[in-house]
Amino acid sequence: MASSFTNWIDQRFPMTKMVREHLTEYYAPKNFNFWYFFGGLAIVVLAIQILSGIFLTMHYKPDAERAFASVEYIMRDVPLGWLIRYIHSTGASMFFVVIYLHMFRALMYGSYRKPRELLWIFGMVIYLCLMAEAFFGYLLPWGQMSFWGAQVIVNLFGAIPFIGPDLAVWIRGDYVVSDATLNRFFALHVIAVPIALLGLVVAHIISLHEVGSNNPDGIEIKKNKNPETGKPIDGIPFHPYYTVKDIFGVVVFLIIFAAIVFFAPEMGGYFLEHNNFIPADPLKTPPHIAPVWYFTPFYSILRAVPPMFGSQFPGVMAMGAAVVILFLLPWLDRSPVRSIRYKGPIFKWSLAVFVLSFVILGYLGLKPTNVWGQFGPWMGGADRATVVAQICTVIYFLFFLTMPVLSRLDKTKTVPERVTS
Amino acid sequence: MSSDESVNKTRRTLVVSAGAVGAVGAAAALTPFFTSMAPSERAKAAGAPVEVDLSKLEPGMLVTEEWRGKPVWVLHRTEEMLTGLESMSSSVSDPDSKLPMQPEYAKNLGRSIKPEYLVLVGICTHLGCSPSQKLEAGEASGLGADWTGGFFCPCHGSKFDLAGRVYKGVPAPTNLEVPPHQFLSDTRLLIGEDSVRSS
Repeated sequence: MASSFTNWIDQRFPMTKMVREHLTEYYAPKNFNFWYFFGGLAIVVLAIQILSGIFLTMHYKPDAERAFASVEYIMRDVPLGWLIRYIHSTGASMFFVVIYLHMFRALMYGSYRKPRELLWIFGMVIYLCLMAEAFFGYLLPWGQMSFWGAQVIVNLFGAIPFIGPDLAVWIRGDYVVSDATLNRFFALHVIAVPIALLGLVVAHIISLHEVGSNNPDGIEIKKNKNPETGKPIDGIPFHPYYTVKDIFGVVVFLIIFAAIVFFAPEMGGYFLEHNNFIPADPLKTPPHIAPVWYFTPFYSILRAVPPMFGSQFPGVMAMGAAVVILFLLPWLDRSPVRSIRYKGPIFKWSLAVFVLSFVILGYLGLKPTNVWGQFGPWMGGADRATVVAQICTVIYFLFFLTMPVLSRLDKTKTVPERVTS
Repeated sequence: MSSDESVNKTRRTLVVSAGAVGAVGAAAALTPFFTSMAPSERAKAAGAPVEVDLSKLEPGMLVTEEWRGKPVWVLHRTEEMLTGLESMSSSVSDPDSKLPMQPEYAKNLGRSIKPEYLVLVGICTHLGCSPSQKLEAGEASGLGADWTGGFFCPCHGSKFDLAGRVYKGVPAPTNLEVPPHQFLSDTRLLIGEDSVRSS
């Protein structure tokens, strides 16, 4: 019998207990919608990246002399190597698509509000790790964009007053981005960051299951329990209800994913930049350096801040602050309600303007600063794109900085007792 | 669990001090890992000085040498190039090279030891791209008729004059770096080492 085997295990490892706590008796709100697909999808992409990454390391050479050629070897000579490589490169971009939508969901429904502050912070640290992972991984093909992108980003640390130049040398392990840099980025990309990511994902899920899931109404379902069973009236067991829903989401996601892998793996230069098909050349800078799309909103903020006191550190600070300020979200939002459904027009409009400026920043980060030409003499002939990026940067920060005041002023609706369907 | 009377003060002191000593030990144990990430002896050796023969460098010409993996430009400036520098002082943000982007001996109008030979690290001080050489003045440079010759960074549009001084209102915050260098003879230049530093 299966049960005697289960018993044997349960006496030695809390298998059944864990399945109950996290699946069959984890009660999630019954009103999850489309936006609740992305957490599960993020785990699916993480699995795809780890799996495809393992097989790429079997053929890749982390050596400045051979790295570029070994990637081409994977693309041309390794059986189905091109497929595995495209899965990995598509996965990188899709990871950020999924994570940005997942974060937007939290922003809409107030999923970061008490008691979910730590859940949000774990999520933000995961996002930071993901950015580090993407940055380290992007150097590995050792193309022009890999090299010069890493050069620009490492030099950001060089702009820190006093310790900066030494710190940059320490990060590179050389005076320029070189073989030493490539080798250590490989180690960080395949071992250090993935281990940290996995640990953080576990912490994220454990804290989610401790406090329970939020929902589109922002109502705490644990407040309304069935007196007989002690289960939340508006909750349904995660398994089978949401596992089935999520499997449907995963299937749709994988169809889109496969379509990209097979039909548009470079995504017109957005997922794999054209210049990265040229081997790295330390003596020749490509005419235009842009990071991959998922970093461009922050890159735009960096460029928008002019140098001050002979240092470009203020721009680096602004870029860092743009990420750090997200950590503070749980304490900036003072609205009496959680969800956008019951928040007032001020929040809806400011969220819309915020998202719009984030997208504009992202677009401008992909383009040279002269993409829209220059203003006339009345603006000192400034680049139009730079001025727009500066306005969007101000909006980005204002969204957060005005939140403590605006969220209290905003006219909210009454939150119902029970979740709506 | 731990009410006040159950706390043994001696034991707590021991636990805290053992923990503190252990933390110091753990930090010490981590130092080899951090130290190992500094440039290796091989990387340092590769950063050794580079010698350049100037006898074949005609006026108006520029050679690019590699030092510590970075492009180093040696420009033999013509008389016109040198006379033009004075007039640029109002257009550049640090005309007198006040910021420490050059050794003391290159803190002059031409930012050089010998006026005709300009030695620069060819890396933009904004974010480390390598600027393009636009030595010719005027429309032919593609930078407008009032361009007096210099360097133009294609990444973010920073401009530098023929002494590597940064224009006002561009992303780069400082002048291009002048590396330590010295003349071994009239036609032999050593990049990466100077008598000031080696003594």
